[in-house]
Amino acid sequence: MLKRLFRRRFLIGTFATLASVALISLHHAAAAETGKLRFNESIRPILSNNCFQCHGPDEKKREAELRLDTFNGATRDLGGYSAIKPGAPEKSALLERILSHDRDEIMPPPKSKKPPITPNEVALLRQWITEGAQYEGHWAFQPLSQDPPPVVAKSTWVRNPIDQFILSELEKRTLLPSPEAPKPVLLRRVALDLTGLPPTPEEALAFENDTRPDAYERAVERLLASPHYGERWGRHWLDQARYADSDGYSIDAARDMWPFRDWVTRALNEDMPFDQFTIEQIAGDLLPGANKLQLVASAFHRNTMINQEGGSNPEQFRDETVVDRTNTTGAVWLGLTVGCAQCHSHKYDPISHQEYYKLFAFFNSATDINSKGQTLEILPGEVLKTANAKVTPIQLEDMKVRVARVQSEAPKRQSAWLEKLKANGNAGTPWQNVRLENLATESGRDHVFQPEGVIQLSNGGKPKDVFTISFGTNLEQVEAVRLRVIPAMTKGKIAPFTLGEFELLLDGVPQTLVLAQSASESAKNPPKAAIDGNATTTWIAEASSAKDGAYEIWFAPEAAIQPNGRALSVRIRQEGSVVFDGAFQVSASPTIPLLPADPKLAAAALQAVATGKPSQSAEQSALRNAFALIDLAQTSAENALERLRKTAKPATLMVMKELPEPRPTFLHMRGDFLSPDKELGALQPDTPEVLPPLQKGTGKVSRLELARWLVRADNPLPSRVTVNRIWMRYFGLGLVETENDFGTQGTSPTHPALLDWLSSEFIRKKWSMKELHKLIVTSATYRQSSDARSDLAERDPRNLLLARQNRVRLDAEIVRDAALVSCGLLDRTLGGAPVFPPQPNGVYAFTQNSKPWVTSKGAERYRRALYTQFYRSAQHPLTSTFDAPNFSTSCTRRLRSNTPLQALMLANDEAFYEMAQGAALALWKDESQLGDQADVTRVRNAFQRFYSRNATQTELEKCLRFLDACRHQAKSDPAQEVAPDPVFAIPNQSPIETAAWTALARGLMNTDEFITRE
Amino acid sequence: MDLEQSLLLAGTRRHLFAQAGFGIGALALQQLLSEQSQGALESSSPHAASRSEDASNPMALKPPHFNPRAKRVIYLFMAGGPSQFELFSDKPKLREFDGQAPPPSLMEGKRFAFLKGTEKLLGSRRKFQKHGEVGMEFSELLPNMAKIADEACWVRSMATDVFNHGPAKLFMNTGFQAPGRPSFGSWATYGLGSAAKNLPGFVVLQSGPRGPRSGAALWSNGFLPSSFQGVPFRSQGDPILDLNNPQGISKSDQRSMFDFVRALNEERLGATGDPEIQTRINAYEMAYQMQSSSPELMDLSQESQETLDLYGAKIGKASFANNCLLARRLVERGVRFVQLYHTNWDHHGGGENLEGALEQVAAEVDRSTAALLTDLKRRGLLEDTLVIWSGEFGRTPMGEVRGSIGRDHHVDGFTTMLAGGGVKAGYIHGETDELGFGSIRDKVHVHDLNATMLHLLGFDHERLTYRFQGRDFRLTDVHGGVVKALLS
Repeated sequence: MLKRLFRRRFLIGTFATLASVALISLHHAAAAETGKLRFNESIRPILSNNCFQCHGPDEKKREAELRLDTFNGATRDLGGYSAIKPGAPEKSALLERILSHDRDEIMPPPKSKKPPITPNEVALLRQWITEGAQYEGHWAFQPLSQDPPPVVAKSTWVRNPIDQFILSELEKRTLLPSPEAPKPVLLRRVALDLTGLPPTPEEALAFENDTRPDAYERAVERLLASPHYGERWGRHWLDQARYADSDGYSIDAARDMWPFRDWVTRALNEDMPFDQFTIEQIAGDLLPGANKLQLVASAFHRNTMINQEGGSNPEQFRDETVVDRTNTTGAVWLGLTVGCAQCHSHKYDPISHQEYYKLFAFFNSATDINSKGQTLEILPGEVLKTANAKVTPIQLEDMKVRVARVQSEAPKRQSAWLEKLKANGNAGTPWQNVRLENLATESGRDHVFQPEGVIQLSNGGKPKDVFTISFGTNLEQVEAVRLRVIPAMTKGKIAPFTLGEFELLLDGVPQTLVLAQSASESAKNPPKAAIDGNATTTWIAEASSAKDGAYEIWFAPEAAIQPNGRALSVRIRQEGSVVFDGAFQVSASPTIPLLPADPKLAAAALQAVATGKPSQSAEQSALRNAFALIDLAQTSAENALERLRKTAKPATLMVMKELPEPRPTFLHMRGDFLSPDKELGALQPDTPEVLPPLQKGTGKVSRLELARWLVRADNPLPSRVTVNRIWMRYFGLGLVETENDFGTQGTSPTHPALLDWLSSEFIRKKWSMKELHKLIVTSATYRQSSDARSDLAERDPRNLLLARQNRVRLDAEIVRDAALVSCGLLDRTLGGAPVFPPQPNGVYAFTQNSKPWVTSKGAERYRRALYTQFYRSAQHPLTSTFDAPNFSTSCTRRLRSNTPLQALMLANDEAFYEMAQGAALALWKDESQLGDQADVTRVRNAFQRFYSRNATQTELEKCLRFLDACRHQAKSDPAQEVAPDPVFAIPNQSPIETAAWTALARGLMNTDEFITRE
Repeated sequence: MDLEQSLLLAGTRRHLFAQAGFGIGALALQQLLSEQSQGALESSSPHAASRSEDASNPMALKPPHFNPRAKRVIYLFMAGGPSQFELFSDKPKLREFDGQAPPPSLMEGKRFAFLKGTEKLLGSRRKFQKHGEVGMEFSELLPNMAKIADEACWVRSMATDVFNHGPAKLFMNTGFQAPGRPSFGSWATYGLGSAAKNLPGFVVLQSGPRGPRSGAALWSNGFLPSSFQGVPFRSQGDPILDLNNPQGISKSDQRSMFDFVRALNEERLGATGDPEIQTRINAYEMAYQMQSSSPELMDLSQESQETLDLYGAKIGKASFANNCLLARRLVERGVRFVQLYHTNWDHHGGGENLEGALEQVAAEVDRSTAALLTDLKRRGLLEDTLVIWSGEFGRTPMGEVRGSIGRDHHVDGFTTMLAGGGVKAGYIHGETDELGFGSIRDKVHVHDLNATMLHLLGFDHERLTYRFQGRDFRLTDVHGGVVKALLS
C-alpha cells in the first residue's frame, strides 16, 4: 500500500506542471491503477493541441498527407518509416521530429507559433508508443459506459450512487468530503437552485422545526412541485434558446415571443420528458396532427434575429438564421462547436465542411425569410394560466364562429334586402328632423335653434370643440341617425369639416354604433373613423363631397332604439385647426337606409335592380358591394370580434413552417452565402458520420427525423451534454468544464464514469428532468458545506474533486427576485406579456431608437425578472450588469463577474432602494409589540429575511451599532438633504425610523452573501 | 515556472492571506497579487494561449508581447460612413464624367446597399487643396484637420467587407459582422489591463443626433469576461448609471452604509474563507471611489478658457467637442481605451445630404479632432497615445437619386487617419483609381488596420487569443497583417 501511494505521489509530482494539477493527477492516478496509459486521457490532448491543425481531419490543411488522429494514418508507411511504430518509440519519426533541434525539422514547426512539446509530454508519448500506441475514439462519441458505481470505504457518507463516484476519487487521494451544510444554508441553497427564490421566513422556520429524518427530501419535493421551478429552469433553457422580446440588430423592434417562454415553463412544470421536449421544439410543427402547443414549441428556432435595416438583403439574413439554427442545435444538444465547420472543415473535430451543410440543410427549408414568416395567434393564459388573461381562447373561438355563421347567412339577408329594394328602392330613407331641446358646447359657444332641426352656431368658439345636442323624436324606433354639417360659405366655397368622434346617447349612455356612411369616403379618413372610440382618427369631409352646401353622414346603432320619451342626444367631437363656422342638422329614421351613402355604389345597385338581370355577374357584384356596406349584422359581428381581440391582447407568435418543397442546399465556400459550391451539387440533410446514423426511412428527411435522432438512446451526446449542464448549475462547473465543447478541444470529464452513469440514469428514468434534479440535490455531494478548506487549497484549488460545495453568485434575474422575496414584495403571477419595472434613465442614450418603456405600476412592478421586457440592443441594466448576455446567439453558460458597476446598482438603483424601503416596512409589520428588545428581534428577523439564517452575536452587534449610528446621524444633522417621500414608509413612526431601517435593509442587501448561493 | 501553475499558487496565496485575517490592507494585497501575476506572466512562455485572468482584479496591469509604441487609444468613430470624395480625395476625372454612367468594368461584381444600377457618376462640388509638407488633400470642410496634416498618417486605401451600417461597424470593431464578439477596446483591456484606479478601463462616449447602429454590441466584451466591456459614459451629468446616491442619502450616510457592508462582508469572509468575498469588498471600494471621482472627471470648468476654445467645448453641453476633451481627461487618468462615436455621416441625399447636412457634421468634428491632437501633443501625451479617426466604410463615386445629392455606402477606397504613438506622421498611404472605385496601391483591409493597431500596443495579433467554443478567437479572425509602412 505504501508503495502504491508513493508511486501515485511521484506521478502527481512529475506531471504537476501540466495545465491542471487536479485533473491530470486524477487521470494518472487512474492510469496507475491499470498501469497502462489511456489514449483519450493522456495522449489525445497532446496530439490535438500540437499536431491536428496540420495532421488532423481537415483534408485541405493536411500537410505531407499525414494524419495523426487515426491509428491507420499515424502508422502508415511513409517510405520505409512511419510516424508511429507501435512498440518502438526509437523507430517512430513522431518522436524524432519533436526532439529535433533543427529548425526545419522540429515539430510543431516554429511558424505554427505553438509552444514546444514539454519533456513530460514527450515521456507520455514514448510510454504510450512503447505500450502499443493504441488509439481510442474520442470519449464523447463513444457509447455511454455502463460502469457500476465504485465501491467506497466510507459508505456511511453515501446517500446515492453519485456519492460513490465522487467519494471514490476522494478516497484515492485520501481526502475527506466536507460535512453537510447547516440546515438554513441547505434550504436557501436548494430553494435558490430549484426555484430561483430564497425561502420565505415562514418556510425557513418550518424547515428548521421539521425534525423528521426526511425533512430535506420533503422540502425538495415541495420545491420541485412549485410553479416557480418551471420559471427557474425555464430561464436556464431560455438562455440556450436565445429567447428575447425583440428582433435584434439595430432596429430591434419588440416581438411577441413570450408564449414560447410560457410553454417552456409549463413543459418543465409538467416534467415533460426531455426527448419529447426536444422533438416538440425542433420539429413541433412537423409532428403529425400537431396541436397548438406543439406549434408554440416550434418557436424555439424562431428566436433568431431579424434585421429591418433599410437596404439589407433578406437572403443574407435568412442565411444568418439558418446558420444560427444549425449552430444552436449543435451547441445545445450536441455540445459541439459545429459553427467552426461553417467556413472550412473542422480542424480538430471530425465534422467536415460538407457535413456542416448537410446539417444546415435540415434548417434550410423553413418558410421564414428575415422579417416574413409563419405566425400563430396566442392569447394570454392560453399556454399558462395567467392573471392578465381577460379573454379565454374559447370565448374568442366562439366569437369567430359567430362571425362565420353571420357571414354564411349573408345571402339570405341579401335576398330579403333585395326584395325591399325592389319595392322601395327609389323612395329613399324616411329621415325625420328631430325636435331640438338643447345644445351644450365645451367652449360655451352661443347658438340659435332654427326650423327643421337646424342649429346655427354663433361666432366665437374653439378650433376643437365638443357639441352635445339633446333632442326628442316622435318616432317609435330609431334605426339610423343622420348628421348634416352645413358650413358657412366664404367666397363661394365651403370649408372642410373634421369629425373626431360621433356618439349617440340614450339616457346619457353611449350606444354602440356599427355603421357610418357618407358620400366622402377616403382611405385615410373614412366615416368609420368617427365611431372607432379614438378621437385622433378622424372623418374629413372634403368640399367636393358636399351636397346642397352640406356634408351628410349617417350612423346606425347595433340595435334599434325605442325612445319612448327617454332622453336622446348626440355628441359631436370636432377636430382640426379652424373654428367651425356654420350649422348642424340632426334627423332620425325608423329604418336603416337601403342604400350606401356612396352615390356611385348606390346608383349601381339601383341600376342592377332596374335591369332585372340579377343573374349577370356585374349586377350581382354591384348588389353584393352595396349590401355589404349596409349589412348591419355582419359589421356588428365583426366589430364585436375586434373589440374582444382588443381586450384579449393576443400575441402574434412566430413559429416554424416548412416549405412544401425543400430549398436546395449547397456548400457555401468560406462560409459565404454568395459562394455556393454548385459543382459539388445540392446536399441532402444528414447527420455527422461520427455519430450513430440517421434513420432515413423512405420519405423526405426533415427536422422531425433530426429531432428524433437527437434523442435516440444510442446517441451518446444529448444526454451527456444535458446532464453535464444541469450538473454545472448545481456546482458552478460541469463535470466537463467546457460544457459547450465536447469535441477534442474541450476538456475531458473529471469523473467520466459518473457522467456516463448519470446520462444512462437520465434515459432510464424516461428523460425525466425532475428525477435528475432530485437525484443530484439529494446526494451527499450536493449537501456538503461550501466553506473553504485549507487542506484542499493546495491539493485541489479549483475544487474539481468536489470535496466541498462551491459558493456561486446568483444570476442577474435571481438577484432581483431574491431581493423581492426578502422585501416581501414579489408578485408571484406566472407568465404573460412582458412587464416594465423601473430602470435608470438613460438606458436608450446609446441605441439607434429609443424604446417605449412605460414603467409598470402596482403588482406588475414586482414581477420576477424573467418577465422584464428584454430588448437585445438595450437590455435592462440589471441583466447587463450581472452578466446576462444579450442573446444574439445561444448562451449555454453565463460568465460571472464581480464589478464595481454591480455594487453601484445594488447600492444606488431606484428599484433596489425601493425594495429596501419595502423591507423596512415588512420588518415593522413582522411583529408590532416587541418591547425593549424590539431592535434585536427585528435585526434577527432581517437576517432571516435576507439570509435565511440567524445572525451571529458579532453580526447582531454590528447591526445594532449601525442602526444607532443612523438614528444619531439623522438627529444630529437636521440640515440633511430632504429625502423624497418614501415609496414605503413605516406608519406612525418618525421618518428617522424609516430611514434607519431602510439603511439597514440596504446594507444587508449589498453584502456578498445576499447575492450568493452558498 | 509554468504560468498556470504560478496562477494557481497565486490563488492559493491569496486564499491564505484571506484566511490569515486582515493585517494587510485590501488594496495592498491587491497590489501584491497583481505584481505576482504580472511577474508570472513575464517569466512564462510567450505562447500562452490566454491572458492571465485574475478574477479579483481583472484590470491588473499586464505586459504585452513586446515593447509597445502606444499605451492607450482614443478611437474617433465617424458613424455612418464619411464621404472621402467630399473630404479627403479630389477626383478631377469624377467631375469630368459627372452625370455619366460608370464604366461597367468597374461596376462588375460590386454590390451596394441602395443603388439600383442606373446611378451616374457624381463629381464633388467641394474645393480641395493640398496641405502640409505631406501634401494631403483636404476640402474646405476640414480647415482645421488640414492644419495637422503633418501630425498624422492618412490611409486612403481602406477596405472592408460589408456595406450595411450595423454589420460594418461590428466588423470594424470586432473583426466579425455578427454581434457577440469582443470589441477592440475589450481586447485591449483584456490584454493590458488598465492603470485607471477609479475609472473603467474602456470608456465609450457618444454624440450626434442618435446612437450608432448596432449599439452596445459595438463595445461588447463578447465572450471575454464582462469586466472588459466598454462602459458607455453619458457626456452630461452622471456618466454612469446609478452613480448618484439614492435621493436623500448624504455622502456620510453612504460612507457609513458602505462601511457597514464591508464589516458584514469581512465577517462572512472569515466564516467561509471564500476569496471571492475579498473581490467584492474591493469592488465596493472602487464603486465608492467612482462616485466621487466621476463628477471631478466631468467637471470641465477645471479647464482653461483657452483649452475650451481650442476644442470648441462648452461647459454643460453635450457635443463631440466636449467628448474629445473628456477623452483627453480620461486618458490622463489612466483609462486604457476611449472610443468616441459621432453620428451621423450617412449622407445618401434627401435629409442627410452632401450639402448642408455634411457641412454641419464636418464642422462639428473638424476643429475638435485637430484640437485633440494639438492638445495631446503639447501635454506630451501624443507620443504614446494612438488616435484613430475612421468611419465603417466610405461612399460611392456614383450619386444616389434622392431629394438632394448624396452617395451610397462603398466598401473600398475610404480614408482613415492614424496619429500618435508609433505612427508615421506626415505620411499618405495607398491610392485609389481616378474615379475612386477602389484602391490601386497598398490596400489596407480592416483586419490589417486592426493587426497594425494591436502591433502598436505591443501585441502579435495572432497570439492575442481567447479560447471560446473550442476555438482560439482573435480580433483579426484568421486574417490580417501588420502594415509596416504605417509605423514610424
